[in-house]
Amino acid sequence: MVLVYIDQADQQIKKSSLEAMSYGAALAKQLGCDVAALVLGTVQDNLAELGKNGAQKVYHLKNESLNSLDVKLHSTLIAHAAKNVNATVVVFANNINGKAIAPAVSVKLEAGLVSGASSLPNTENGFVVTKTVFSGKAFASIQIETPIKVIAINQNSFGLVAYDSTATVEELNIPIPAASIKITKLEKVEGEIPLTEASLVVSGGRGLKGPENWGILLDLAKSLGAATACSRPVSDTDWRPHHEHVGQTGIQIAPNLYIAIGISGAIQHLAGVNRSKTIVVINKDPEAPFFKAADYGVIGDAFEVVPALTSAILKMKSTA
Amino acid sequence: MKILVCISKTPDTTAKIAFTEGNTKFDENGVQWIINPFDEWYALVKAIELKEKDPSAIIHLVTVGAADAEPIIRKALALGGDEAIRINSNSNDSFFVAKQIAAIAKEGSYDIIFTGKETIDYNSASIGSMLSAILDLPFVSLADQLDLNGNTATVRREIEGGEETCEVNLPVVISCQKGMAEQRIPNMRGIMAARTKPLKVLEPIEASATTSIKKFDTPVAKSGVKLVDPANMDELVRLLKEEAKVI
Ligand SMILES: Cc1cc2nc3c(=O)[nH]c(=O)nc-3n(C[C@H](O)[C@H](O)[C@H](O)COP(=O)(O)OP(=O)(O)OC[C@H]3O[C@@H](n4cnc5c(N)ncnc54)[C@H](O)[C@@H]3O)c2cc1C
Repeated sequence: MVLVYIDQADQQIKKSSLEAMSYGAALAKQLGCDVAALVLGTVQDNLAELGKNGAQKVYHLKNESLNSLDVKLHSTLIAHAAKNVNATVVVFANNINGKAIAPAVSVKLEAGLVSGASSLPNTENGFVVTKTVFSGKAFASIQIETPIKVIAINQNSFGLVAYDSTATVEELNIPIPAASIKITKLEKVEGEIPLTEASLVVSGGRGLKGPENWGILLDLAKSLGAATACSRPVSDTDWRPHHEHVGQTGIQIAPNLYIAIGISGAIQHLAGVNRSKTIVVINKDPEAPFFKAADYGVIGDAFEVVPALTSAILKMKSTA
Repeated sequence: MKILVCISKTPDTTAKIAFTEGNTKFDENGVQWIINPFDEWYALVKAIELKEKDPSAIIHLVTVGAADAEPIIRKALALGGDEAIRINSNSNDSFFVAKQIAAIAKEGSYDIIFTGKETIDYNSASIGSMLSAILDLPFVSLADQLDLNGNTATVRREIEGGEETCEVNLPVVISCQKGMAEQRIPNMRGIMAARTKPLKVLEPIEASATTSIKKFDTPVAKSGVKLVDPANMDELVRLLKEEAKVI
């Protein structure tokens, strides 16, 4: 059985978990076995609907104390459930929670782990999973040698697959150990699209000259419904918050569209974004290295090009 | 208080990423090695900051690496830390590496074990979490702030779409990221002192690897950029919609 861990933010199932579900369902088909989802905590979504992403069955451990991440607690419960259902593969989304929990679960199941997987395993001769390494500059094919396997699948790499079915939901009755951490404060960034979940991203660099100029970038992001990102010097100087810093020493993303504005395209920056499906570069310097990694380029002044692009998008949307 | 900082050696961020032996091995030819930035900038410096507040604190550094990791660990000692342990193995199986560090951690009974958020080569972000499971300790990932109050640590961490502050009792395993500390540069005194700090070399304990690397690939290069006239953004929108199909 393939067991997919479905996690949540604010009692809502994350898109990356739905992708993991679709991945798990495809993997189960490849292996000729069943696939189930595991949900911890209380969520507002209708769990039977996970069938639309490929789940045949949903195991649910309904308890409010599981709504925020406690790696010790969650990994213990997930390993326990995985043993109960004889899971041979446990799948996670390689998002903030999945990255934190999957390695601990792999230890508890004595399972080999591949985190950051980018496609389905090759099971013709063993069990070989491809993952991104060197911050996206290369791929490695990793053979998992253990009977049980743990895979954390990269966000936005497998996509959602629609199934025409509903899943049966079974409430689990596993004793819940004491929490290992106590949450004392929560600071939510309101109304923003989380960068790692976003399929469209607009990003700004030092070329925008100062935080007071971010308005044109935010307008563009709004017109597209895109998340916002920035280069390292921009977050180092606090023009933008740290969680927007993408690159080798920030976060790595792979959206469908990445628009880079006033970013030179240093190797460390490219490492974090070069898996984006389409890259648009707006830069006034025709020699900027970023153009070599771009699909579409606009050589021009961001302060003119960006507002014009926003207008063109709004025009397209209003006539669409 | 005893702190263990996990240090990994990684290629410099500008290193050419190429492979040899039929794409089965990373090509180390001409590669400069650095301390994994997350380990150096945040985990190690945070430990040093804690020791500056509490001079009785002891900082140990640990790395799993072959002899060629020694310059890296000496550089880390030049920033701070009292002594270092190198476990003589160049395994790149996370589970094997975590087992080695866990053995050291058990013996040293540390109050805090720091790792970086992830390494910039294998990006697995797995050692901290694995250590916590082997040692049966709490794990806080992606920490960007930490205050100690007796036996309790108050840690701020990144969560999806925000930040969360939590309290956790020591001992604990913490992975560190930007915000946790301010990057430092080793000074001459530190570099001199590092030369005489103890660096113990231990052979690895028995542990089986759970994964092995079969081959590497590099992504196919982009076919070339299509330039769009800055005065014609309607054309860019059309391309994104009709050709790239991303909006
Ligand atoms: C160890 C290490 C790790 C690093 N990690 C990262 C990382 O994770 N992420 C990261 O981003 N960087 C990282 N860096 C930094 C990286 O090397 C670059 O310095 C950085 O990415 C440059 O940021 P930038 O492109 O915003 O600024 P710049 O390089 O200064 O580029 C600004 C660009 O804006 C253009 N421009 C100026 N004015 C305009 C205008 N009016 N209209 C249009 N374009 C304009 C310029 O032509 C230029 O190309 C790292 C560096 C090191 C050494």
